[in-house]
Amino acid sequence: MNSLSEILTPEFLSVILLPALIAGIAVSLCASLLGVSLVLKRCSMIGDGLSHVGYGTLCIAIALGWAPMQVTIPVVILAAYILLRLSENSRLGGDTAIALFSTSALALGIFASSKANLTTDVSHYMFGSILAMTKGDVIFSAVLSVCVLLTYLLFYDKIFAVTFDESFARATGLNVRFYNLLIAVLTAVTVVLGMMMMGALLISSLMIFPAVTAMRLCKRFRTVVLTAVAVSVSCFLIGLLLSLLTDTAVGASVILVNLAVFAVSSLIAGIRSRTGRKK
Amino acid sequence: MAYITCKDLTLRYEALTVQEHLSFTVEKGDYLCIVGENGSGKSTLVKCLLGLKSADAGTLSLGDGLKRNEIGYLPQQSQIQRSFPASVEEVVRSGCLNSHGIHPFYTKADKARAAEQMARLNITALADRCYRELSGGQQQRVLLARALCATGKLLLLDEPLTGLDPLVASELYGILRHIHEDHGITVVMVTHDVENAVRYASSILHIGKDESFFGSVAAYRESPVGQRFLGERLQQEHCNDCEPRFPHIPIDTEGSVQA
Repeated sequence: MNSLSEILTPEFLSVILLPALIAGIAVSLCASLLGVSLVLKRCSMIGDGLSHVGYGTLCIAIALGWAPMQVTIPVVILAAYILLRLSENSRLGGDTAIALFSTSALALGIFASSKANLTTDVSHYMFGSILAMTKGDVIFSAVLSVCVLLTYLLFYDKIFAVTFDESFARATGLNVRFYNLLIAVLTAVTVVLGMMMMGALLISSLMIFPAVTAMRLCKRFRTVVLTAVAVSVSCFLIGLLLSLLTDTAVGASVILVNLAVFAVSSLIAGIRSRTGRKK
Repeated sequence: MAYITCKDLTLRYEALTVQEHLSFTVEKGDYLCIVGENGSGKSTLVKCLLGLKSADAGTLSLGDGLKRNEIGYLPQQSQIQRSFPASVEEVVRSGCLNSHGIHPFYTKADKARAAEQMARLNITALADRCYRELSGGQQQRVLLARALCATGKLLLLDEPLTGLDPLVASELYGILRHIHEDHGITVVMVTHDVENAVRYASSILHIGKDESFFGSVAAYRESPVGQRFLGERLQQEHCNDCEPRFPHIPIDTEGSVQA
């Protein structure tokens, strides 16, 4: 294990750790906000599906020498729209359609990258490499995260209504399709940003764990959202520290911390409901 | 002009035509119950009334100052809502969203209206409670308060009694009567409970696979459709000649169950 004073040289702090912190906190925030809606709408799979599509697109973009982020974000937004439509209309059922669509995109990407012999570059995005992010990447993620955050806040009440009861929202004249699309687009942006840090394999759990943990503990939508954000950001910080100390992958460490917090919250919820029943 | 006017409506469920030539009106101040067998197109009709689906043929028009988004809708409860972490206040307030256009947050007037409806339905004390932890009857009141936030004119209830025990159901009928009589809100309710429909409603729309009926409750009782439907229900409950439903429990001629 490394000791903290060994790692935390001033140079490391300013050049590597600070940008990682900024980008990490920003993306953790967005992921947890959207995660609450995804979990409650029973479409956690969309996050996973989008990360597959995102990874596939990244592979193709890198193989062709294009700017990875700038190509991937619009493609994943389009995929979010298609996945939503598929899950609304498909005879196969939403999750099957998502699985077919996203694994096909993934396969296409891997096919392209193996053809171009890119396995090492591309594996960064499989497992994430937050400490290797460039300054440009960090600014890009921070700006997009702020956009996601502001949009979410602006439409918070409507997102609640659409998440809680789609048919009532539709009946009272809310444009449910638009808000579903909005949620999907925000998810798409978050997934791509998160892929750089956490990796395609782990980003969907970054969205889902804080939401589920918060749902165990809270009874109001607003406190669920706020708790999810708090859990997500603190798990990120603890996970990052853990990975520095033990020299392990950041993404995996963050998710494991999330898992531990989830386990503790389940335990608390279990004890609470037991004692509640006894009363 | 009536709030809702349907003329020669045809309803299709996927490719199947479930109703043809359906005509009825809902006037201001009516209490209309929509009854009929399963699969006769009740849910499809509700979707048309809400504008979630367009009529396959015929016309459905709103009038007398009723706008599409002013129908206070009480949907059948979904599984998702039952596990949703939200406070009563949050749920009721979401009924105000139709009135404030692009304004992003709830206004003071919205909050006041939500509080007023909660007081009207006697759930103010539950405001901070979690929706999913309430009893079925309390949940129904919360959804009713939300629907009343969305409308001052017409309530549309889609089988609100499903899953409620008889005591809670009769309580709900009492609330509806109060809303209808004292606050002048028009009520349209889809229900399976035809006995209480003829007891509380002012008019009945019966949609059946072969024959339909629209008119006052008195006329429904006299009509062949009504007599058959009401009669069948009564027979099911009070039949002395037919086989008892639980053969191991002897039933005497008065119909009371002997242990």
